[in-house]
Amino acid sequence: MATVRLENIEKTYLNGFKAIHGVDVDITDGEFIVLVGPSGCGKSTLMRMIAGLESVTAGNISIDGRVVNQLEPADRDIAMVFQNYALYPHMNVFDNMAYGLKIRGLPKADIQQRVNKAAAILELTQDQLTRKPRQLSGGQRQRVAMGRAIVREPSVFLFDEPLSNLDAKLRVQMRIEIKLLQEQLGTTSVYVTHDQVEAMTLGHRLVVLNQGQVEQLGTPIELYQRPASLFVAGFIGSPSMSFAPAKINSDGSGVDLRGGVCFDLPVDVHARHANREVVLGIRPEDLILVDDGASNRNLTVRLVEQLGADTLVHGHFGEDQTDMTIRLAGTRNFNADEILAISVEPEKIHLFDPATEKRLE
Amino acid sequence: MLKKVHFGPSYLPYLLVLPQILITLVFFIWPAGHALYQSLLIQDAFGLRTEFVWFENFEVLFEDEHYLGTFKRTVFFSVLVAGISMGFSLMLAAMADRIVKGAMAYRTLLIWPYAVAPVVAGALWVFMLDPTLGILTYGLSAMGYEWNHKLNGNEAMTLVVIASAWKQVAYNFLFFLAAMQSIPKSLIEAAAIDGAGPVRRFWSIIFPLISPTTFFLLVVNIVYAFFETFGIIHAITQGGPAKATEILVYKVYNDGFVGLDLGGSAAQSVILMAIVIGLTVIQFRYVEKKVEYS
Amino acid sequence: MIENRPAVTFVSHSMLIAGIVIIALPIWITFVAATHDAVRMTQIPLPLLPGDQFFANLNQALNHGIDGGANQGVGMMLFNSLMMAMMIAVGKIAISLLSAFAIVYFRFPFRMGFFWMIFITLMLPVEVRIIPTFEVVANLNMLNTYWGLSIPLIASATATFMFRQTFLTIPDELLEAARIDGAGPMRFFIDILLPMSRTNIAALFVILFIYGWNQYLWPLLITTDQSMFTIVMAIKQMLEAAEQSPEWNIIMMTTLLAMLPPIVVVIMMQKLFVKGLTETEK
Repeated sequence: MATVRLENIEKTYLNGFKAIHGVDVDITDGEFIVLVGPSGCGKSTLMRMIAGLESVTAGNISIDGRVVNQLEPADRDIAMVFQNYALYPHMNVFDNMAYGLKIRGLPKADIQQRVNKAAAILELTQDQLTRKPRQLSGGQRQRVAMGRAIVREPSVFLFDEPLSNLDAKLRVQMRIEIKLLQEQLGTTSVYVTHDQVEAMTLGHRLVVLNQGQVEQLGTPIELYQRPASLFVAGFIGSPSMSFAPAKINSDGSGVDLRGGVCFDLPVDVHARHANREVVLGIRPEDLILVDDGASNRNLTVRLVEQLGADTLVHGHFGEDQTDMTIRLAGTRNFNADEILAISVEPEKIHLFDPATEKRLE
Repeated sequence: MLKKVHFGPSYLPYLLVLPQILITLVFFIWPAGHALYQSLLIQDAFGLRTEFVWFENFEVLFEDEHYLGTFKRTVFFSVLVAGISMGFSLMLAAMADRIVKGAMAYRTLLIWPYAVAPVVAGALWVFMLDPTLGILTYGLSAMGYEWNHKLNGNEAMTLVVIASAWKQVAYNFLFFLAAMQSIPKSLIEAAAIDGAGPVRRFWSIIFPLISPTTFFLLVVNIVYAFFETFGIIHAITQGGPAKATEILVYKVYNDGFVGLDLGGSAAQSVILMAIVIGLTVIQFRYVEKKVEYS
Repeated sequence: MIENRPAVTFVSHSMLIAGIVIIALPIWITFVAATHDAVRMTQIPLPLLPGDQFFANLNQALNHGIDGGANQGVGMMLFNSLMMAMMIAVGKIAISLLSAFAIVYFRFPFRMGFFWMIFITLMLPVEVRIIPTFEVVANLNMLNTYWGLSIPLIASATATFMFRQTFLTIPDELLEAARIDGAGPMRFFIDILLPMSRTNIAALFVILFIYGWNQYLWPLLITTDQSMFTIVMAIKQMLEAAEQSPEWNIIMMTTLLAMLPPIVVVIMMQKLFVKGLTETEK
């Protein structure tokens, strides 16, 4: 149980490549923090620096108040679950889990007790404890990898994309188990993934990283409802937000897309941004079908995707051909080139500055 | 080459490499250097006087008919040994590759000569071809040919070639078979569908595809013939009769240990070293291109 | 199965069997020779079928040697060969494991220098440095000793390279997990690297044992004391003596004894042996 603090962390490799540009994160005790972002954004690097597997070029990493920059991984009281599990192939499951404890000189009885406790939590049978990793399925190996981390009873858990190698169904199941496990144990956890659904469901807070920088730090709902940048807006949420270049009208009451389509904006908020060029963003689930043909917001249907529980309609707006996607509940059917009248609640419109890509307030 | 994940510098790695480096320095590098140095000297048999003569020893060698003859003979010998051994094993491997059942049984039965020391191989064949008692000599004489390798230089050469090649067949067979078995079956099936018969398939598809192995074995066999056949020569013919089977490595031993011509022998050692280095470099250049680490 | 041409299959099998016969013939003849008495072995044609003197000849070879038993038998020599082969095999494996570990897993000054130094030994078989190496061994008072027989042959590079290759294929994550578990370098080496290299070690052992057992030139040079001779050397001596009065039955029995241990090792550990050969030569 511990806090983790990243202060102005920077990482530059020997060849000059700067992977991390000044990251600040304060993780509270017992929190489940997810580092999420596309490949190459630096999330794994950041976590490996917390683990001690990568050196820190600048800044301080503190675990429970101690600066650990110079400490070996084994001395930081952390445990890690690897993407490829990293189980010792020649040892059986029990020995795999016990290895770290053995090195630390724990008495045999204690080791036995801890391993059995972890096995019980993870639903690993006694028989499986005697098997070698190659005799287990992917999901079981995953559990053993977690077991190895659990028995250490560390201050911090580190998860490096542990579910990437599992098939989709297993991934969903394991996701829930990991979340329940963390709630049960209450250990501070740092979790790395590129899958935003995983991030949203697991994390108390998310750190969205892009090219070595923090785009936004917040709870899943904060990231969803008030994305701080174009990147976060497009990254969180699936299917992703539709974007279109637009301009706020002269009194700030509405925003015009090219080609004449216009949306209303909330009353007080955007008066100061009159006549401003913006990027407009609307989530597919926020668009609604309306009955009156009076509005000029007509979506021409291009493609319909039926998912069973929802229907996704891809189409375009206006002569400008701005693309939008609308998500409707249930199974609906439309023909290509059919015209649908669309609307959206003003509060659900997101506006971003085209140059800085930051959210407009 | 170095693992991406590794330990930092400390005294430990030095301790770990120490045994090997120590032995390498004492027993390999120092003697090799010494041989190089000694090849530049002339020393009388009692070691009383030594004279630094630069490359005179080498010049003498290259003008020495005997040495050049030995050189040629060695090349001839190794070509024969490599050729016969590789040819025979290639054929056997091709046969073993073709059959479905029993390939592994044949492999078991064919590979154990690898375990036989060259000198033992020599003993076996010299027994069978002993001029008086040899069983093969008996067979040849029944066909009208009188065999006596102690008198006939060509027969002596034949004997050592056969003994040397016999032993290597096992090794070559193993590698050829492994190479052939790693060719994707689909290629051969495609050729069969295209109408190529077994012989044609072999020469136009299998043989070209195993060429890295073939090249590798060629170098290995030549090194074997140059160096490891010392035992055979020393035990059976002692280079005779009348130097008919004296090869370079035997001459180094003979001139140095028996004749006590240290300078000359050292010079010959140096030349042999150069040959080995050349062959090894060629092999590494060629083979390393084809090797990947996972 | 490509085509089902019985003729081709028949030819293949026949040629393979013929090949086996040619390869096995010398061994058979040897075995036969070792089972007859000395007198029979001077009568032409020599026998093609075994006799009944196997154990008598074995006894004589081991304890009395040739010349009607005037010499020391080869029993001692068998032991010497065994010692030499074991020392070479074990020694080579041990120091190569250590060197490969250091070179692959540590970054330290002169790392590449050491690597190339070891590499050079590949190009220096004993046959090209016999006299100077002999001098070194003589100066170190190692002539006629087991150490002298084995140590100069221990440091060549093939084993190191093979282990290096093996280590390079071990996933990085295992080292990271071990570090997090608290294992230092030597712990990692002993607990994880070694067990994972078990098959390679066994395979290499087969190759090196054979290599050590079959050494000829080097033992020839540095042993003058008959009690330190290896069995492979004994054969040459017997062949020399055979010039005057051949005792082929004893000579061939000795040859059989010299051949058998390596052959047995190869056949019993065939799979490992093949693996060892193909892996070291890459």
